Amino acid sequence: MAESAVSTGLRAYVLIVGMWVRSTMAYRTSFLIMTLGNLLATGLDFVAIALMFTHIGQLGGFTLDEVAFLYGTTSVAFGLADLVLGTMGRLGQRVRDGTMDTLLVRPVPILAQVAADRFALRRLGRIIQGAVLLGWSLSRLDIDWTLDRVLLMPVMLLSGGAIFGALFVLGGAFQFWAKDASEVQNAFTFGGTTLLEYPPTVFGKELLRGVTFVIPLAFVNWLPALHILGRPDPLGLPARIGFAAPLVACGCCAVAGLAWRAGLRAYQSTGS
Amino acid sequence: MRLYAAVAVSGFKRYATYRVATVAGVFTNTVFGFILAYTYTALWDERPHLGGYDLDQALTFVWLGQALLAAVALMGGGFQEELQDRIRSGDIAVDLYRPVDLQSWWLATELGRALFQLLGRGVVPMGIGALVFELRLPASPLTWLWFLLSVVLAVCVGFAVRYLVSLASFWLLDGTGLSMLSGLLCLFFSGMILPLNVFPGQLGEIARALPWAAMLQVPADVFLEERRGAGLLGAFAFQAGWMVVLLAAGRVLQSVATRKVVVQGG
Amino acid sequence: MDDLIELDGVEKVFQVRRRAGLMRRERREVRAVDGISFRVPRGEMVGYIGPNGAGKSTTIKMLTGILVPSGGRLRVAGIDPSRERTRLARRIGVVFGQRTTLWWDLPLRDSYALVRRMYRIPDDRYRENLDRCVELLNLSELLDVPVRQLSLGQRMRGDIAAALLHDPEVLYLDEPTIGLDVVSKAKVRQFLRDVNAEQGTTVLLTTHDLTDIELLCKRVMVIDHGRLVYDGGLDGLHAVGESERTLVVDLEQELPPIEIPGSRTVRVEGPRQWLAFPATSSAAPIVAAVADGYPLVDLSVREPEIEDVIARMLHGGRGV
Repeated sequence: MAESAVSTGLRAYVLIVGMWVRSTMAYRTSFLIMTLGNLLATGLDFVAIALMFTHIGQLGGFTLDEVAFLYGTTSVAFGLADLVLGTMGRLGQRVRDGTMDTLLVRPVPILAQVAADRFALRRLGRIIQGAVLLGWSLSRLDIDWTLDRVLLMPVMLLSGGAIFGALFVLGGAFQFWAKDASEVQNAFTFGGTTLLEYPPTVFGKELLRGVTFVIPLAFVNWLPALHILGRPDPLGLPARIGFAAPLVACGCCAVAGLAWRAGLRAYQSTGS
Repeated sequence: MRLYAAVAVSGFKRYATYRVATVAGVFTNTVFGFILAYTYTALWDERPHLGGYDLDQALTFVWLGQALLAAVALMGGGFQEELQDRIRSGDIAVDLYRPVDLQSWWLATELGRALFQLLGRGVVPMGIGALVFELRLPASPLTWLWFLLSVVLAVCVGFAVRYLVSLASFWLLDGTGLSMLSGLLCLFFSGMILPLNVFPGQLGEIARALPWAAMLQVPADVFLEERRGAGLLGAFAFQAGWMVVLLAAGRVLQSVATRKVVVQGG
Repeated sequence: MDDLIELDGVEKVFQVRRRAGLMRRERREVRAVDGISFRVPRGEMVGYIGPNGAGKSTTIKMLTGILVPSGGRLRVAGIDPSRERTRLARRIGVVFGQRTTLWWDLPLRDSYALVRRMYRIPDDRYRENLDRCVELLNLSELLDVPVRQLSLGQRMRGDIAAALLHDPEVLYLDEPTIGLDVVSKAKVRQFLRDVNAEQGTTVLLTTHDLTDIELLCKRVMVIDHGRLVYDGGLDGLHAVGESERTLVVDLEQELPPIEIPGSRTVRVEGPRQWLAFPATSSAAPIVAAVADGYPLVDLSVREPEIEDVIARMLHGGRGV
């Protein structure tokens, strides 16, 4: 039963995404501007970092190339989650205007419907930007490519995407209770990726502990990246801790799933 | 005038009802404030007096940015979505026939909204920032007054820019793409991501001359008492100049759009 | 005949928190649905009416599995809606009057294609149902038009078709004729009658328009303050409430109040007069008498407002 729910959910997700992509194409000019805008979005963020480096050689002991590596990895991971689940932030809006009910009378899981709602292909822009910068940084960095480091690259990006994805779902679930609180989610998702663009050495130990043990953002890229870059962890965690990223991601997804169920149940008992 | 005052009051009240959204926004502003404060600390540790600021001034700039983000609508928002929806649905035709001036009406709602968000979303992040970090608060009460004047001008310039962007919906069918682009440019060129006085060379000079500079960099410099005497007058002239030019451009575009609506019947 | 919808003492209680002063908050229980029991046999068409906030929507939301009841027993086609919402979804169709489920920027046809795949409707069934809906609802010229360009009436017809493509056993309609023009209303009503007669689809509809009930439903249920206060025929409802229809008469000139047996003149305004007569009796003899004895320009019959009928019923007769 659980397995079939997953497969019907995925199938419905793909179907609805297809509809939104076709809808988008009804406004082709706008779509092109939006995609360009998305490319620029991450672009300008990195331009700001590059501008900083016109004044300095290192930030928190990291070179521009290394920061570009961090920037690229978190952008790709975040971009993946944003593409797949980025519109979860609109859930509160649906609860407010009552259109949540129209989703509940369809024979497919709500999560799939909400996640696919207003799917925006333009969000590919962020992934492309991140990938370009990641490629650029890799071409300039002198990394000792051992087998485990090569393996860690895709593991890091996918786990990172899953961790951000779990945060999007958690944020969405929260809006079942607080329908006007979509901004809270931004603090962890957009705030999280901004944080991870910079070297961990820049931040205080308390904050590092918080994003390692409480909201495990550090597993998105910091901890795996430190190992790839051959740098020690400022908290003194073992070098291979980055390999725990998939486990952490699974944990996050489980928590998000439970929160989602609880949120949906709360909605079904209060209807608002 | 009485009418527009009433419109502004209703703009204020409307945003005051979104309590949860306000608290959520304060939380997000505070989180971003901390992230930026740490990165700026690292940057100014490497290069003290970068861009003419010391570390305290740089941190004050960070928290000012968070405090003004919602009020000046640096990421877009406010009236924009509503106006675009009305254009898209054709309801705008009704607005154009009403005996009020469209631009002034929306500006009034924006001023009301901005005042609420300055209080509701600005004071708390600024207070938290001041508790945790050493911020450079103005000693003279007069500076606070100049700062408020500068913020009002910043809101007006921000409104004028977004009004132009919104009117583009008359021709674009779906204006959200352009709004997003405008929001991103604003974040970058207002100094929200990095203060404009840190921008190097020509890029810095250009960025400091663009209208977005009037929305955060100038009010922040007034607050930090970087602009005094003639410099202060220059700051106000810069903001007011852009305000007049952009509001006038908005009027021209509005009349072109009106003609389009009248001809096509919405 | 088996009962498709079964409710036994169904309740829905909401906790409402309200600000009472600056810091204090009051907690209050609102019993939106307060112990409702009824049965709807397969193939019946039932009107479900009541004042705003009486608990109509809450009942429909429980019947569709959107809301979980706080108490009582509820079955639709033998399924407990809130426990097996998605299984039930395949067997019911829902139309929310003011919220379209169609894809705004895409042609109507595309929305139907999505429904087909989402409900996994077999090809032949889909084609047959679509053809029937297109024909009966006059949709053939609208299929390739983006939904945003449709009028309200056209969109409602499109929505009703979308809800019927998967052969639902029950169709819930929440205000299906609200805001529609006369022609669209007539088309929608005719279609619902056909679907009910030919497919045997059970229909439960809420409405503010008594004509909907009159033309479609033999049975009407009235809910007020979360309780079922009437369950029977529309005639019975009028009889209980002694509700009245109104004949609006436009004369050639101002005249003293018209006097016709079986009616009473309730209002005179220049050459226009209003005559009230019992809703259970026919308008024909009164119309004939007026036409006979007075210089007539125009006349029309007004149905009683649903709120009036219910209010009269609740307060026992004319005293409202």
